[in-house]
Amino acid sequence: MNSFAYTRADGVTHAVAERADESTAAFIAGGTNLIDLMKENVARPTRLIDINRLPLTTITDTENGGLRLGALVTNADTAYDDKVAKNYPLLAEAILAGASAQLRNMATDGGNLMQRTRCYYFYDLATPCNKREPGSGCSAINGYNRIHAILGTGSPTGDVQCIATHPSDMCVALAALEATVQVTGPDGDRTIPFAEFHRLPGDTPQIDNTLEAGELITAIDLPANGFSKNYAYLKLRDRASYAFALVSVAAALEMEGETIVDARIALGGVAHKPWRRPEVEAMLHGKSASNDVFQTVADAMLDGAQGYGHNTFKLELAKRAIVRALAQAAKLN
Amino acid sequence: MTLTEKAAPPMKQPPSLPAMHTVKLTVNGTETELQLAPWTSLLDALREYMHLTGTKKGCDHGQCGACTVLVNGKRINACLTLAIMQDGNEITTIEGLSQKDADGKDGLHPIQQAFMDHDAFQCGYCTPGQICSAVGMMNEGHVKTADDIRELMSGNICRCGAYTNIVDAIQSVMNPQPDAA
Repeated sequence: MNSFAYTRADGVTHAVAERADESTAAFIAGGTNLIDLMKENVARPTRLIDINRLPLTTITDTENGGLRLGALVTNADTAYDDKVAKNYPLLAEAILAGASAQLRNMATDGGNLMQRTRCYYFYDLATPCNKREPGSGCSAINGYNRIHAILGTGSPTGDVQCIATHPSDMCVALAALEATVQVTGPDGDRTIPFAEFHRLPGDTPQIDNTLEAGELITAIDLPANGFSKNYAYLKLRDRASYAFALVSVAAALEMEGETIVDARIALGGVAHKPWRRPEVEAMLHGKSASNDVFQTVADAMLDGAQGYGHNTFKLELAKRAIVRALAQAAKLN
Repeated sequence: MTLTEKAAPPMKQPPSLPAMHTVKLTVNGTETELQLAPWTSLLDALREYMHLTGTKKGCDHGQCGACTVLVNGKRINACLTLAIMQDGNEITTIEGLSQKDADGKDGLHPIQQAFMDHDAFQCGYCTPGQICSAVGMMNEGHVKTADDIRELMSGNICRCGAYTNIVDAIQSVMNPQPDAA
């Protein structure tokens, strides 16, 4: 680990001001990913701004009937919160499918959004990586890429730059629920729709999200509809617990009898961000739930997907996972 | 590039190390004040500065759980947090789990005793982390079945493979419902 200085922020304004003063500083909350990246020398901040004492630790009701998750609420406290568990079980299950109990006790909701890929080449300073060192190349495309992306890997120049995936389970559920991210920065506050928070690699894979320099996540807002009647979070991985998703599916349906009136499908483990296709979800509107319909939707969700060798199995795995998750959400036998 | 451009100007002064910080921790009931560099992990503070070597360094990356300790009653990986971030907090390590019995003598925590009774280890390296994790899990109160124990203990790896006996040991203390058939 490189040496660094340390500042404990005593308020949001203080934290943002400290960060504005030192562009190579980083905020630290739970630290479960950042400290690991610092140990590997992948992240080398000159100063850590500790935001753990900021008053962003509560879950509160919002005016429109939803919930506001303070950025510093831990993943565990979120998943086990009575209102989250009751009204947003998709989110609670996704959180509990990720990491370990120890990590969920440390990791915060804001930090979950900010975690970086677990691509092993990104962590390995001995290998080229466009995300870690832009322009150096991607070791995964022609390397061992079992865990890597199959969707959204294109770039404007035509050459694929990065096939890393976003590792979060929580974010897959937040994408399906259409949460919004509240941020504050040197230029004030703004709200980022979840679909616009993370980005595809394009030709700048070093940039994971659309935060502006120095912006701090203060909260994540959940809309009123938590799809608590018909939902499923299906995570497929190499061991039964404590492993990142090879493919995960957050499926949420609004049903009137047998008929689907609204549908959300978000995929994890397949792209640089939680993968949604609202136009494909719309194909389910007005349809009766059936495996045939779900198969058509699964095929459309994977339209344009490309395997890179070791991860080509994900194309079929993802389709089957979508069908199964939708069937679970619709309570088909 | 010419020779004159190549020569870097001599440093006017050597780089200075960031300041040391005073960190107050209450470890196993005893308040302690340490002077630490900001990059000192809680795990290194416990082992190298307080000589509490019961907490083990396994992977040092949050993947194995050998460094599990309790902070304000909650289990965390001591390798993935900086000591300075825990300033003012109460830390419980394996050394602090023993409890006084009726005669005022130190007795083992029920989970510690159960690990011995059920032979829940071979080499013992993961054991302090397993035990602290189990105590943390009991505090959390989300275990209903033995399957829940397996899931909620998944952050503690045992390379000897003593899992069956570890679950038996924890189960004997927690008495969850049997697994659904």
